[in-house]
Amino acid sequence: MARINLEHIRHAYGPNPKKPSDYSLKEVHHEWNDGGAYALLGPSGCGKTTLLNIISGLLQPSEGRILFDGKDVTNLSTQDRNIAQVFQFPVIYDTMTVYDNLAFPLRNRRVPETEVDRRVKEIIEMIGLSDWSRKKAQGLTADQKQKISLGRGLVRSDVSAILFDEPLTVIDPHMKWVLRSQLKRLHKQFGFTMVYVTHDQTEALTFADKVVVMYDGEIVQIGTPAELFERPSHTFVGYFIGSPGMNVLPATVEGSAVHLGGQTINLGFAPKIASGARTELGIRPEFIRLGREGMPVTISKVEDIGRQKIVRAQFADKPIAIVVHEDGDIPSDPRVTFDQAAINIYADSWRVPDTSRVGGGA
Amino acid sequence: MQKTWNNKAWFMVLPVLVLVAFSAVIPLMTVVNYSVQDTFGNNAFFWAGTDWFTDVLQSDRFWDALQRNLLFSGIILAIEIPLGILIALNMPKKGLGVPVCLVLMALPLLIPWNVVGTIWQVFGRVDIGLLGYTMAALGIQYNYVNNVFDAWVTLIVMDIWHWTSLVVLLCYAGLASIPDAYYQAAKIDGASRWAVFRYIQLPKMKRVLLIAFLLRFMDSFMIYTEPFVITGGGPGNATTFLSIDLVKTAIGQFDLGPAAALSLIYFLIILLLSWIFYTVMTNSDAQT
Repeated sequence: MARINLEHIRHAYGPNPKKPSDYSLKEVHHEWNDGGAYALLGPSGCGKTTLLNIISGLLQPSEGRILFDGKDVTNLSTQDRNIAQVFQFPVIYDTMTVYDNLAFPLRNRRVPETEVDRRVKEIIEMIGLSDWSRKKAQGLTADQKQKISLGRGLVRSDVSAILFDEPLTVIDPHMKWVLRSQLKRLHKQFGFTMVYVTHDQTEALTFADKVVVMYDGEIVQIGTPAELFERPSHTFVGYFIGSPGMNVLPATVEGSAVHLGGQTINLGFAPKIASGARTELGIRPEFIRLGREGMPVTISKVEDIGRQKIVRAQFADKPIAIVVHEDGDIPSDPRVTFDQAAINIYADSWRVPDTSRVGGGA
Repeated sequence: MQKTWNNKAWFMVLPVLVLVAFSAVIPLMTVVNYSVQDTFGNNAFFWAGTDWFTDVLQSDRFWDALQRNLLFSGIILAIEIPLGILIALNMPKKGLGVPVCLVLMALPLLIPWNVVGTIWQVFGRVDIGLLGYTMAALGIQYNYVNNVFDAWVTLIVMDIWHWTSLVVLLCYAGLASIPDAYYQAAKIDGASRWAVFRYIQLPKMKRVLLIAFLLRFMDSFMIYTEPFVITGGGPGNATTFLSIDLVKTAIGQFDLGPAAALSLIYFLIILLLSWIFYTVMTNSDAQT
C-alpha cells in the first residue's frame, strides 16, 4: 500500500522522439493516493496499458520519475517494486495445480508456508475455485484461468498497489459483476491502492472512486463519476462517458449569448474565450427537453431502449440525441429547450470554466 | 446408426497405396522373404524358418553392435538436448541477430551427411587436418584412426556439431510461441530465472522437445554414413554400429538371410524404443 507519484512521465516506443506525436504517452503528472481505487478509462490505444506498465516497472518511461511513498523507484525492477498486476488474458503456470499457482508469488518471496496456506485458502475461496485447488491448472476453462490470474494478483497482502489491465474481458457477464463486487469489497477491507484499466465505462464508474479518462496519450480528466458526467472537461470525455454521449455542436459565443445556427441561447454567464479558438456547445441528451416550446428540431429516428427513448434529431443542421422518458410525448411539431445549468462551453475541445458558478470550475 | 459405404474412396487412396507399396511395403516384404530363406545362388531358395533370427540373436557381434548404438544414442541425447535448449534460450529474440543466428544454425543441417563425414575425417587428420594437427602441435595425443576413445570423441563431437542445430531450431520455435504476458506475469510474481525456465519455458517447449528427442534418437540410432566415412567402423570394431554391421553382412559378405533377419530386428528395436519414449513422454503430459 503506497502513494504513487508520477512526475512528468512521458513515453515513446520508438527511439529519439521529437514531436509530440512520437509519444505514445504524453506528459502525465499525477498523484495516486494511498488506498485509492482508480479506473483508467479510455479507448483502445490511448496509452492506458503503457501507463500501467510504467507503474509496474515492465516499461521504463522515456522521461520522468515514479515515486512510491516519496521514494524514487524509476530504476527499480518490477520484482523490487512490490506491485501486483493482472493481465487482460489469463496467464497460468500449466504444470502447477491451482493451489500452487496462487502460492507461487508468495513462495517466490519466501513467505512462511503457514502464511502461504492461509492466504491461498482465503483467495481460492473468494474466486470460487476451492473444489479445484488440487487440480492441474491446465485443464481449466478460460474464465477459471483468469480467476487464477486475478487470484495471483490479490494473494500478496503487502503490495504497494494492485494494477488490473482489463482483467474481466474474458469473463462472462454475471461472473464479471460478482468479481467486481468482490474486488470492491477487498479494496474496502484491505485498503490496497488499486488501478483498474478498462475501456468499459460501466466497469470504470462502478469500480472506482476516481476515474482517470485518457485520450490519445494524455489524461484529459480526473474526477468522480458525477463530475465526468456533469462537467466533462474535454469534448472527448463528454462523448465517451454516457450512452449516448454528449451532443457537441459548433457554436459562436458573444458575451453570455451562444449562437447555434439561427438560434441564440443565453448562458447566464460570459465565458472567457481566447480569440480565434474553435468554440462548441456541449449538452447531454438527458438535459434536453423535448416539447412544444423552444427551438425547432426535425426528428429522424426514435430508438426505444426500454425505460427510455432515444430521439435522434436534426438541430440547426446538426444531428443531436435527446433522451425522453419511456412514456414521454413526442409532439408533431417538436421543439427543444436546453437546461441552462447543464450547458458546457468548449474552446478548442477543452471546457471553458464558468467562473461565476460556485465550484463550477472543474 | 446406418453407416454409408462409399467404395469410390478406395480409388482416391489407390495412387498413394501403390506408391507406398512400391517404395516401402514391397521392399520390406522382400526383406522378410529373404530372412526366412537360404539361397546358394541360381535363384534357388530353401526354407530356413527362424534360423537366421536365432543366429543373429545369439551372435556376440549383434549384441556388441547394439550396445555401441545404445551408448552412442545415449551420449548424443544427453548432450544435444540440454545444449540445444541452452543455445535456444540465449538466442536473440528480435533484431538483426535473429536471421543471422537462424542461418548460422541451419547451415550444418544443409550439408549432406557424407560431406559432414568427409569434413571431419579431414579435419581430424593428424598430418593435414586443422584439428588433428593443432592437437599434435599442442602435444595432445589424438588419433581417431587407431585410438578407440579418440574415434568415439570425434564421432560424438561431429554429431553434436551436425545436429544440435535441429534441437535449437525446434526449441527456438517453441520459445517464440510464448506470449510476452507470461514473462511479465513472472516478473510481477517475483519468479527467479530458474523458475521462469522450469514453470514457463520448459512446459511450453515440451511438445517440440518430444519431437526433437524422437528425431535425434531415431537418427542417431540409425547412424551410418559418418562413421562409415570417418572410421569405417574401426579401429577394430569399436565404431561398428548395427547399420555398418548390417551393410558388411549384406553387401560385404553377401549373407542375405542373416542380413535380412538383422535388418528386421534393427527395425523392430527402433520402432519399439520410439514407441516407448513416445508413450512415456506423452503420458507424463496427460497426468493431472
